[in-house]
This record gives sequence, structure tokens and C-alpha cells, in this order.
Amino acid sequence: MKNQTKLFRVFVYVIIALFILSILIPIIWVFMSSIKTNAEFYENPWNLPLGFHYQNFIDAWETANMGNYFMNSVIVTSLALALLLVISLPAAYIISRMEFKGRQIVRTFLRLGLFINLSYIVIPIFLMLLDWNASLQTTFFLNNRFILALIYASTALPFTVYLLSNFFSSISKSYEEAAYIDGAGYTRTMIDIIIPMAKPAVITVILFNFLSFWNEYILALTIMPSDEMKTLPVGLINLQQAARGAANYGRLYAGLVIVMLPTLILYILVQKQLTEGMMVGGDKG
Amino acid sequence: MKKNKSRTRFIISGLLPAILFYTIFMVYPTISVFVESLYKTGGLSGKKTFVGLNNFRLLLEDETFIRAFQNTIFLIVIVTIVTMFMAIFLAAVLTRENLKGQNFARTILYIPNILSIAVVASIFAAIFGMDTGLINGLGRLFNPETWQNIPFLGDRKLVVYSIAFAMIWQAVGYYMVMYMSTMSQIPEQLYEAASLDGASKIRQFFDITLPLSWETVRTTLTFYVISNINIAFQIVKALTGGGPDGASMTLLNYQYEQAYTNSSFGYGLAIGVVVFLFSFILTAIIHRGTKRDIVQF
Repeated sequence: MKNQTKLFRVFVYVIIALFILSILIPIIWVFMSSIKTNAEFYENPWNLPLGFHYQNFIDAWETANMGNYFMNSVIVTSLALALLLVISLPAAYIISRMEFKGRQIVRTFLRLGLFINLSYIVIPIFLMLLDWNASLQTTFFLNNRFILALIYASTALPFTVYLLSNFFSSISKSYEEAAYIDGAGYTRTMIDIIIPMAKPAVITVILFNFLSFWNEYILALTIMPSDEMKTLPVGLINLQQAARGAANYGRLYAGLVIVMLPTLILYILVQKQLTEGMMVGGDKG
Repeated sequence: MKKNKSRTRFIISGLLPAILFYTIFMVYPTISVFVESLYKTGGLSGKKTFVGLNNFRLLLEDETFIRAFQNTIFLIVIVTIVTMFMAIFLAAVLTRENLKGQNFARTILYIPNILSIAVVASIFAAIFGMDTGLINGLGRLFNPETWQNIPFLGDRKLVVYSIAFAMIWQAVGYYMVMYMSTMSQIPEQLYEAASLDGASKIRQFFDITLPLSWETVRTTLTFYVISNINIAFQIVKALTGGGPDGASMTLLNYQYEQAYTNSSFGYGLAIGVVVFLFSFILTAIIHRGTKRDIVQF
């Protein structure tokens, strides 16, 4: 019996070690490949880099425009986060803390969006923007970072409002009553009293949506065809296609590092909030 | 009275932006999938003609569509089953056994979930590559003379399994963390009592851990459908583009190809309708079929 438990523990350790290695090895390998020269890629891929060929990063950043795409990603992601918070906080506050006619209808209407995935509606969104361009005779709606950010924010609304309003409902009603007696208006009460109390939920919302906006590529690929407007993940896919043809691998892996480094750093910093925040966001059914 | 008026104004102005943008960018596009699927869009002229259900009739004779549908079902089934078993096993082991490095394991296993699918696809392009690929490189390292490169992404039969492998790699950590958060809330006393009664670890898992986390498992089962359809689309798009020769095409990839690349919007969106209906019906069936009496502690 004792021996059996021991054997089981060894088995479990081996399995978990294999899982960990299957994740760590490819990621470490990408980092090492990003400093290899192109000639080294004709050797066995398991060879260690011979030197520190940082030229790959300069190539990726400048020649392959990743620097430019990086700025686009920063602009779109921060704009989308700002829009999302400005739109979702009041809505979640009102839905969860104020009684009014049709409250249940609004709540259900927004919740239906939890079942619609952005991937399902990329094409109709693209067609709609195309239509708007045609009928207003402009090119405004495509290749527009603000529009991309607005769509990111809008499609993140159902989940964000759901998560925030769950959190808001857990705060005691007496805070508002006290504020109203002190003569504070509705907007004041919401901004100065309730929203600061929801800080943990707001941080969770920012973290999850930062990752999803920063990482998204299908919509960005579809509605930002012009080269100057591409975001990082789309730029990465271009690099990958280019690498296949021209065997320019060093630049590709440098680009890969540029795309994943910000999310990895963020993850190391806030790892706990993310994996625990899932409990708040976990049951969206 | 004045107070009531300002209250109404507050409610309306607070809700309006959310409802407006949600309607424009989510509700309207969803409805238009269904409406546009009834039209035929003529090539460059962009002329729209109403064709009723004709697009759907054409779909039934379209071999690529059938292929894409089969691949989608295959990926949903295989990825869901394997991911779920692995995630439940890892979560149970990590919460129940007092292993060293438990937090480290959780931190590392969650990493694939924070990476862009574009990054995941690039990583797997490196893993599955031919001369430059990690797996084939490993094979050559050990059998330099006899190793034949395996075309993970170039073989018509192999490619769906390769895609499934990448999807499982991406998803296991996410669901594991989710199951861990439920399992860690199960009170320790239950296990102590079971141990005293002589119940083995495996019995404890089936009698305590699984029934008490069933609601979470059940909820995630419904996520798997929508998220696997979506992740399969993104990985295939970046990794193989549906190739070789349509062998790794999924429904959403075929929709994208028809509507975006070929400009056959109506035909493409008919595929979109199939995706919507299929995922809703499947989700509903799973939701019904897995209903158990809720066990609470």
C-alpha cells in the first residue's frame, strides 16, 4: 500500500513535469531562436545559439515595421479599455443598483451577448463598415484605430457588464442612502462612492480585457487592411508568411518575442489576480 | 418630482451608450448573418438578389463545406474530451496531493492562455515544421541516419490531429485553473471522513471531488463548444489556412474564405447561420444532457 502511493506520486510528478516542459521548452526555444543568425536555422533546431545576434530585433522593429505595429496595438488597446470602462461602469451600476421599469429586459438583452463570439460576427461587421463607407462616400470606417477600439469595447460589453454588476450588487445599499441624504447627486454618488469600492472588479476587468484586446487578430486582420494600421499579432502573421518564403527566421522569432513579452511581463506581475479573478469571471453561464 | 426627473435622466444617459453600441456592433451583425444568408451577392457588381434558402441547398452539395463541418465536429469532440479529462486530472491532483511546486505548476500551465492565438500558431509552426521543426529535429538528433521528416501540417490525414494537439495545449491550463478554484473549496473534513472509512484516493475522487465540482464542469462543457469553434478557426487561419487542399478547413474558416476572400457574402453567411444554429443546439443538448441533482457540501 505504501509502495503504491509512492509509485502514484512519482507517476503524478512525471506527468506534471511533462506538461510543464511542453509549455516551457517551446517558449524558451523561441527566445533562443530570436538571437540566432539565419545560417544557424539550417542546423538542427535544437542547437543552442552561437552568439547574441540582436540584429534580428532591429530588423523586426524597423524593417518589418513591428515598432509601428507595436504603437498601433498600444493605441487601440488603451483606447478600447478606456471606452469599455466609460461605457460599462455606469450601465453595470444602474442595472445592479437602481430599480426601474424594464430593468430585467435590459439585463437579459445584454446577457444574450455572452453567447455571441466575436469570431462569429467578424464578416457581418466588416460588411456593415463597408456599407457605411459606401453610403457616406468615405473611407473613414475601415483602417481606423478608433473604430477598431470601439468594436473591441462594444463586443466586450456583455461579459464586462455582467461581471461588474455582479460585484456591484454585493455592496450594501446604505452607502447610496447616506450619500443622497448628504445631498450628493446620482452621478456624484456613483463616481465618488460606489465605483472606488469596486476597484478589485475593475482591475480584473482591465486585466482580462487587456489580454483579449492585445491578443486579438481576426477582426484587426479583417478591418485594417492597410499596412500602417496593422496591430502586432497581425504583423506577426505577416512575418510568419514572409519567413516561410524567404527563410528569414531570426526576424520572425524576434517579432514573436516582441508580441509575447508584454503579456508575459504583465502575467508575472499579476499572476495571482488573473488566476483568482477567474473565480469572479468563471461562471458566466 | 424634480428628483424623479433627474433620476430618469441619469438612468437613460447611463444605459444608452452601452445598449446603443452593443446593438450596433453585436446584435445587428448577428441578425444580418441570418438575413444576408438568404441573398446571393454577385461578384464585382455587388448586386444582391433574394434567393431564399438556395444558399443552404448549395451547401449540401459542397464537398468542402461537408469536410469543414466534419472537421469542426471532430475538433469539438476530441479537444473537449481530452482537454476536460486532462484538466480535471491535473486540477484534482494539484489540489488534493500536497505536491512540491504546486503554485509553480499552476503558473506555468496557465501561460498558453495569455498568449495571442497568432503567437500560439507561430509556436506550433516551429514545433511541427519539417527540417526546421522541433519534433523532426528531435527525431534527427536521435536517429540521424534513419529519421524521415513527419509532415504534421502537410499531410491530409495528420493535419487535423496536429491542430487538435495545438488546441489542447492552449486550453488545458485555463480549464485546470477553473476546476482548481472549485475543488479547493471542498471542505477537507469530507476527505478525512472518507479516509477513515477506508475509501481509496480514486474512490474519493469519484465520490467527493467529481460530484461536488460537477456544476462547474457542466458550465465549462457549454463553453467548450463556442470556444473550440472559435479557437479552431483562429489557429487554422494562422497555421494552415485550411490546407493542404481543404483538409484542415473548419466551418468558420470556410465562411471567411467564401465571404472575405471570394466576396460571396450570402453564401459565406449561410455557413455563418449553420455555425450559429449548430453551436446553440449543441450547447442546449449538452446543458440538458448533463443535468444532475446538484450536490452541495
